Amino acid sequence: MSKTLGPVKRAFAPWTDSAAKPAIEFRNVTKSFGDFVAVGGVSLSIYEREFFSLLGPSGCGKTTLMRMLAGFEEPTSGEILLDGKPLAGVPPYRRPVNMMFQSYALFPHMSVEKNIAFGLRQDGMGKAEIEARVKEMLRLVKLEPFAKRKPNQLSGGQRQRVALARSLAKRPKVLLLDEPLGALDKKLREETQFELMDLQMDLGLTFLIVTHDQEEAMTMSDRIGVMNHGKLVQIATPAEIYEQPNSRYVADFIGNINLIEGTVAALPGGGTRLEAPAAGLVVETDQAIAGGSAGVASFAIRPEKVRISLDRPAGALDGVNMIAGEVWDIGYLGDVSIYRVKLANGAVMKATVANTTRLVSRPISWDDKVWLSWSRDAGLVLTD
Amino acid sequence: MTDTSGTAAPAPGASKLRWLVVAIPYLWLVVFFLVPFLIVLKISFSTYAIAQPPYEPVFDQLSTVWERAQQFTLDSYRYLTEDPIYLRSYLSSLRIAAISTVLLLLIGFPIAYGMARAPSNMRTTLLMLVILPFWTSFLIRVYAWIGILKPEGLLTVFLQWIGIFGPDQQVHLLNTDWAVFIGIVYSYLPFMILPLYATLEKLDDTLLEAAADLGARPFKSFWVITVPLSMPGVIAGSFLCFIPIVGEFVIPDLLGGSDTLMIGRQLWNEFNANRDWPTSSAVAVVLLLILVVPIMIFQNYGRRTAQ
Ligand SMILES: Nc1ncnc2c1ncn2[C@@H]1O[C@H](COP(=O)(O)OP(=O)(O)OP(=O)(O)O)[C@@H](O)[C@H]1O
Ligand SMILES: [Mg+2]
Repeated sequence: MSKTLGPVKRAFAPWTDSAAKPAIEFRNVTKSFGDFVAVGGVSLSIYEREFFSLLGPSGCGKTTLMRMLAGFEEPTSGEILLDGKPLAGVPPYRRPVNMMFQSYALFPHMSVEKNIAFGLRQDGMGKAEIEARVKEMLRLVKLEPFAKRKPNQLSGGQRQRVALARSLAKRPKVLLLDEPLGALDKKLREETQFELMDLQMDLGLTFLIVTHDQEEAMTMSDRIGVMNHGKLVQIATPAEIYEQPNSRYVADFIGNINLIEGTVAALPGGGTRLEAPAAGLVVETDQAIAGGSAGVASFAIRPEKVRISLDRPAGALDGVNMIAGEVWDIGYLGDVSIYRVKLANGAVMKATVANTTRLVSRPISWDDKVWLSWSRDAGLVLTD
Repeated sequence: MTDTSGTAAPAPGASKLRWLVVAIPYLWLVVFFLVPFLIVLKISFSTYAIAQPPYEPVFDQLSTVWERAQQFTLDSYRYLTEDPIYLRSYLSSLRIAAISTVLLLLIGFPIAYGMARAPSNMRTTLLMLVILPFWTSFLIRVYAWIGILKPEGLLTVFLQWIGIFGPDQQVHLLNTDWAVFIGIVYSYLPFMILPLYATLEKLDDTLLEAAADLGARPFKSFWVITVPLSMPGVIAGSFLCFIPIVGEFVIPDLLGGSDTLMIGRQLWNEFNANRDWPTSSAVAVVLLLILVVPIMIFQNYGRRTAQ
């Protein structure tokens, strides 16, 4: 049986320690192609043995950021440091950094094992040692039977695994993986994720990884950086990114969320009150909004934190943190059901309910008038 | 259900069309290559005669095949082995072609490489410049080299002008093997550059980045990535140059000395000056065999590496 549980993450948070020295440091790095700013003023510190993921929509500059670290692009301004030393002018072949290319960039005239051995040969490693390492890598990516094949005789997912093995083979201090598992099926992907995490911990490597798979980023990363239009909009642990997104953009990009716009005002006790009369919504939270002033903001709440009931909930404050609507759609996903509820102004709010008992009859059904409610600390008021 | 895969059996009309498309190049080869070759082969097996045409025909009428077949002779081929001039001409041709091909590679590769690395908006211009010489006649360009290389020619004038040569010194290149190499390299360079450029231009830059990323210096990447991946171009260019150079006649005749032996020249002499059609045909047949054998070996090799 293969492992079903990943290695347990150690308590690891060097970014909270002001004395810790980052392994990689981007200092206000900008990269422009002509007039187009691909990466704009990114500052980021990644620590030794950290597993850092970059998330962001296509074209937001993730690959460009990596290419600057690997040495294929020079920053237009700002600097990149590795172990405190500036990298400017250091050619790629002298950087202790290996990259797995989004396009794989496998050498078409070399067999799988030659591809994997390529980097080791450049280091002048002994023949027997190379052979052993190549075997180990082949086993890791489950490609032992394909060692002698050429890249064009492999499937897309197999090629991706060769690219992964080739970048891992040298065990560089810093490994840059540009969508390393995108072409793999779910099961193989999960297995490889755990293998990667094992390897990273065993060898003490630092990983910078790009992925479009949020679940993957959540499982594997110590921290996640969310990018948009060349900027890093939030850098935080997976739980923080999910529970405390710092902007509507991050909240919306990661996972599922309900966002309702309204006007906010500070409450006397330090909390915040948000009203959206069109939707018939009044929210009160204990969270203090930035600046503490009145203005336009959004109420953000994850669907799984919304309760759904047929009866009007008896809250401490009647009419607050609850809203009436009509069930518009029910999505049955097996483990959970998603209820889409239409509010007074036509907006839709989602609530997920775990299917804790076997589905025999559904108590809440289409077109039912329902109440949605949540606790004071379940949602967030976002001003950005 | 509609089939959009295109792999279903095509309509009868389509299959006829496909057959025609395949047949045209074969027809071309049969009419313009195989038939003339068979005629040459036939002549090479006949006996020299002072007549019109200057040989005794073999196998002309089917009714007299047997009778005629007795006149079938290998004399011309025997003759090729008896006079050492032929063997020396073949060897000399192969040597000149081999050296020229190596020179062409050494000169053509950097040019093609430079073109492929040039900014993409400049590449078309560079390509045009390589093809430009084709706009004037090949013969005129070779004659121009006589004007450059002769003792009182442009090269001498130039060297005297920049002061390397004194007023009484002259270059003595014309009518030497050097002039032949210069002429051949000059004339065939586009045939080497174009296939090399075609493969080098397609080369994926990220492969070189990946090599650098894994620790290979630029020079090493060039040898282990660029050179192996440009082999199809190297081979195509080499064949495209080597084969016609072996049979080259004009350049050695105009630029070479009387001692520059080349088989094309020998064939020409045999055919026109001596009017010995059987011997010149035999020369041509042997030349063809000499060139076909390496091509077949290479094709076999290509098929094996493709597997
Ligand atoms: N060499 C280049 N010249 C001009 N523009 C470029 C160049 N390389 C990248 N860009 C642009 O920079 C932006 C960021 O590209 P990048 O490859 O970093 O995106 P990405 O975040 O990796 O996207 P994806 O998730 O699709 O891989 C894109 O809009 C791209 O068009
Ligand atoms: Mg990318």
